[in-house]
Amino acid sequence: MSWTRFFPRAYWDAERTRELQSYLDIETDDNIARGLPPDQARYAAMRKLGNVTRIREEIYEMNTLGLTDAAFQDLRYGWRTLRTNPGFAAVAIFSLAIGIGSNVAIFQLLDAVRLRALPVRSADQLVEVKLERGKGGRTGEFWGRRPQMTSALYGQVLQHQRSFEGVLAWGTNRFNLSPGGEVQPANGLWVSGSYFEVLGVGASVGRVLHPGDDQPGCGGTPPAVISHMFWQRHFGGETSVVGRQISLDNHRFEIVGVTPPAFFGVEVGRTFDVAVPLCAEPLVNGEDNATSARDHWWLAVLGRLPGGVSPTDATRALQTLSPGIFEATLPTSYAAADVKNYLALRLTTEPAVTGVSGLRSAYGTSLWMLLGIAGLVLFIACANLANLLLARATAREQEIAVRLAIGASRWRVTRQLMTESLLLATLGALAGLVVAGPLSRFLVAFLSTDDAPLFLDLQPHWHILIFTAGVALAASMIFGAAPAIRATRARSGTALQGGARSVRGGGERFGLRRGLVVAQLAVSLVLVVGALLFASTLRNLLTLDAGMRQDGVLIVSLDYSGRQVPVERRGALSHRLLERVQGLPVVTSAAASSNAPLSGHFWNENVLVGASPESAGLSNLNRVSADYFKTMGVNVLSGRVFAPTDGLGSPPVAVVSQAFASRLLRSPNPLGKTFRFVVGPGRPVTEYQVVGLVNDTKYSTLREAFEPLAYLADSQDRKPDNGLRLVVRSDAPVSVLAPAIKQVIADVDPAILIQFQTLRSSVVDSLLPERLMALLASFFGLLATGLAVVGLYGLTTYMVARRRREIGIRMTLGADQRSVVGLIMRECVMLLAVGLPAGAVAAVFAARAAASMLFGVPNGALALVGAATGLMALIGLAANYLPARRAGLLRPVDALRSE
Amino acid sequence: MPRRGTSALQADILQGTLDVLILKTLVLGPAHGHTIAYAIERGSDDVLQVEHGSLYPALHRLEDRAWIASFWGTSDNNRRARYYRLTPAGRRALETQTGRWEALTRAVNRILLPEPE
Repeated sequence: MSWTRFFPRAYWDAERTRELQSYLDIETDDNIARGLPPDQARYAAMRKLGNVTRIREEIYEMNTLGLTDAAFQDLRYGWRTLRTNPGFAAVAIFSLAIGIGSNVAIFQLLDAVRLRALPVRSADQLVEVKLERGKGGRTGEFWGRRPQMTSALYGQVLQHQRSFEGVLAWGTNRFNLSPGGEVQPANGLWVSGSYFEVLGVGASVGRVLHPGDDQPGCGGTPPAVISHMFWQRHFGGETSVVGRQISLDNHRFEIVGVTPPAFFGVEVGRTFDVAVPLCAEPLVNGEDNATSARDHWWLAVLGRLPGGVSPTDATRALQTLSPGIFEATLPTSYAAADVKNYLALRLTTEPAVTGVSGLRSAYGTSLWMLLGIAGLVLFIACANLANLLLARATAREQEIAVRLAIGASRWRVTRQLMTESLLLATLGALAGLVVAGPLSRFLVAFLSTDDAPLFLDLQPHWHILIFTAGVALAASMIFGAAPAIRATRARSGTALQGGARSVRGGGERFGLRRGLVVAQLAVSLVLVVGALLFASTLRNLLTLDAGMRQDGVLIVSLDYSGRQVPVERRGALSHRLLERVQGLPVVTSAAASSNAPLSGHFWNENVLVGASPESAGLSNLNRVSADYFKTMGVNVLSGRVFAPTDGLGSPPVAVVSQAFASRLLRSPNPLGKTFRFVVGPGRPVTEYQVVGLVNDTKYSTLREAFEPLAYLADSQDRKPDNGLRLVVRSDAPVSVLAPAIKQVIADVDPAILIQFQTLRSSVVDSLLPERLMALLASFFGLLATGLAVVGLYGLTTYMVARRRREIGIRMTLGADQRSVVGLIMRECVMLLAVGLPAGAVAAVFAARAAASMLFGVPNGALALVGAATGLMALIGLAANYLPARRAGLLRPVDALRSE
Repeated sequence: MPRRGTSALQADILQGTLDVLILKTLVLGPAHGHTIAYAIERGSDDVLQVEHGSLYPALHRLEDRAWIASFWGTSDNNRRARYYRLTPAGRRALETQTGRWEALTRAVNRILLPEPE
């Protein structure tokens, strides 16, 4: 039946009625003409036509889609039911919106990070070529966000592989757009000439890079491709941008094109501003470049499989090629142990249909766990709704009994009730989608730092819609099924008699509702414990004694790459700059430090002690100036710090940490002892003498244990960097301190690039996953508690209302206020006594499961679970006391009269 | 629903063929329900008794298939009546249905009334 007929059914019914009437009129006329008296003529006509209603009904039925029609009827009825009870509808839709909205928001992040295919041609053919895990270690320098391969390895793969249709390589870099002064960072990509071709991405303006652009030397002005966002932000979206020049790290590049808006590279969660060919790397980085160094890991490699070749085939082929490839690319600087490790490496492939991402390991587990938590919150919200609907179903018992009595099938009534639930869920889901938008944007903003802006495509996607629909459907099943089944089980006879007549108020009928509240209490206790665990993890990390004073320290990074400063003059320049900064009145103390503390970066070496050729173990390293210990608040336990006499001409000295002394030197008093580093063949071996002992400090991250750490004197650095990192302690705010420092640096040389970050903010940034978990787990824990308390309160209030008569009788018979309150409270205590222990047991297991994400929380967290249980019990009792007290204040006469 | 005045056999035949009979009637020109009912009865020398009530659902069905179209007009005796006319699609349907009917009757005849060799 066509839809045009389906909707204006009332119109068609009227039409047919008129038509049948017209038949009757004509037939009556005819009969009169045949000589029948008018009234008989009319009856004869009616007999001839048959039952008009029946005919109309037959046509009416033709105009329906049976089930769909009934569904529409159900929907209209459901809508009316909701409209007559706006309070209930608002509570239901609001709690569903929060529940579904948070699920959708987290799923949206998860989807964008893990599940969605890259916006490139046939992304399912892409695989990442990488090193097999656990096959020996790599040493050397690691650059960028995905340091998987060296240039030499990429070259070998390119030359020997036969499995791929095309291979591309890329690395990340932070370029500086500014010629001097404060750094203007731009997210850059080094890309092979094949990059865009293999991905199948074209330009929206100009052209993309092609293999011809990536030739040794890069031919004059190297080309650059910019992203759509950068084009909009920096060039206002003008097409004349093609052919313009752009300065990256003080080198000129020519913009040749703009990539399409949807393209963000192949790394999910990050985007790029500018992409330049690999051949430009030696031009930009000069003699320190990564391209010609065999131990610089800075590239990631993707391959496109032709149809018919499976990733397994490609892996097998790469495995066969591996020994030759690693033999041919062995870094010359490696010591014997490193050589053995390197030659044991093997290449493998991994599907890259969804791109690659460092975020997955950082946030993957967190997001799945948060999705689970949000799911539990939704369950609690659904349990509340189920309880509300059960209460309503009881109120509607008579209505349903009547419908059953006059012949509605049980299936029909169940369907009606389920339709109402589905309607609620749909409205809740729509509201949830509205809630989810800002929520997921908030999460992305929360997870973005200045250093690493998070970029995720949050455009509506069919994944999200399917997920939302699924969640809504599941929710409606949870909260709709129980009341629907219960309602139709009602015996129509007793219900029609007026259900509320029973004295006990049908105690056994609370079974289901009690079960729901118990489940709510248990689940919300688990979530509260989770919130406490993650919050205390964050607190433990933030208040942890890292062995240094983190507050009031500004990290200043200076970069001389704008000037070609020869190696032998760098030390003097750095020394002069440090003195200028130290001379500022606002600066309490300042020192050089090659590694920014707690920044996640590290430098470590194998240490040799005495005559033994075997390494005593790994030690972290930092090259600092004398005032470092004072500036960072690190205590000198014995010996001395560096002195002006420790120059290039005097014997190399070191200050070591307690862990270094006890684990590597095996001596509580290490002063005067010596150690060396394992270095490759042909490199000078330096022997360091320990002159000072300082307390242990965290080095790279807060979560790590205290590791051995050796400080070397920056005044004894034979090959200083083309830049300087300072730690500056000051009582002045950054807004005063930073301009002052900028000024003294510019006085020395305006071409020096400067970047500022406070130590505290870099530490806080490094704790993003922990902050995310603490924030969201607390939010969901509160939400869950609130919902469970509302559920408990609602159940008690409802029970009191149903038992008014019973209470009235008890009071008439002499029960006093206290015993009535006690009666109601006993019910509540029972619920708590079942729900909370169950939740506590579950919480202990949950805490065990999440142990890897926790810090400083004793295993099982029994004390925490106990405290949370006690807290929940108190809150539960408080929530119950109100309705119980109201029951106690009932006047028996009112209670008895009310029915 | 019991069909008054018709035997079971007639009812069955009518059910399958009423549509095509209506279409055939309308070949002569637009008509309203009352006329169509009588035209079928008369055309079959009153062998086929159309139950007038069952005509209207059939008309509705045909109109929905766009085989006929309807409009309100005035009958011979000045009554408002809903007239039906054949659409081009209806004309084509009539041909197909007639062909089918021929095939069917031939087949039935071959069994019921075998021609002497």
